[in-house]
Amino acid sequence: MDENIKKKIEDIIEKDDVCLFMKGTPEVPQCGFSLAVSNILKHLKIDFKGINILEDNNLREGIKQYSDWPTIPQLYFKKKFLGGCDIVKEMFEKGELKKILNVK
Amino acid sequence: MSLKLEEIKILIKKAIPDAEINIQDLAGDENHYSATIKSKIFTGKSKIEQHKLVYKALNGKMGNELHALALNTIEN
Repeated sequence: MDENIKKKIEDIIEKDDVCLFMKGTPEVPQCGFSLAVSNILKHLKIDFKGINILEDNNLREGIKQYSDWPTIPQLYFKKKFLGGCDIVKEMFEKGELKKILNVK
Repeated sequence: MSLKLEEIKILIKKAIPDAEINIQDLAGDENHYSATIKSKIFTGKSKIEQHKLVYKALNGKMGNELHALALNTIEN
């Protein structure tokens, strides 16, 4: 993949522990799946960085290559890809997400 | 940008022959589906790896022709 985009993604996930690559913003999600993950994080009172991939098509395609995952949203924690909407929802329902993200 | 329910089933079956597939067209628009897939190949794999196997079976259609496929993979 393009080195510049790769570097850009690595800089983003380096900077904040919890990063959500999403359609729209945490305030105004533009897709139901991005909304669902954003709401879960808000519900758990987790500080996260929302990255709106609709504003940058290179980033939108780049993040899919980076994680080898074809859909958005994508949640990262400490530079590691945790999953998309279905997996995050499942981890939330099982109480695993709380543990991973270390919520008190 | 749509994919028929039967096509999805065929693609998954081709890549994962033992798959037990239960799939629903959520909005009746051939674009928003929900699928439960049970197979031996998921055993011992992480959820990310399990879902990736299904996405691979769909030959790059996920995120393109197919907008939404909620997935629930089960180890058989």
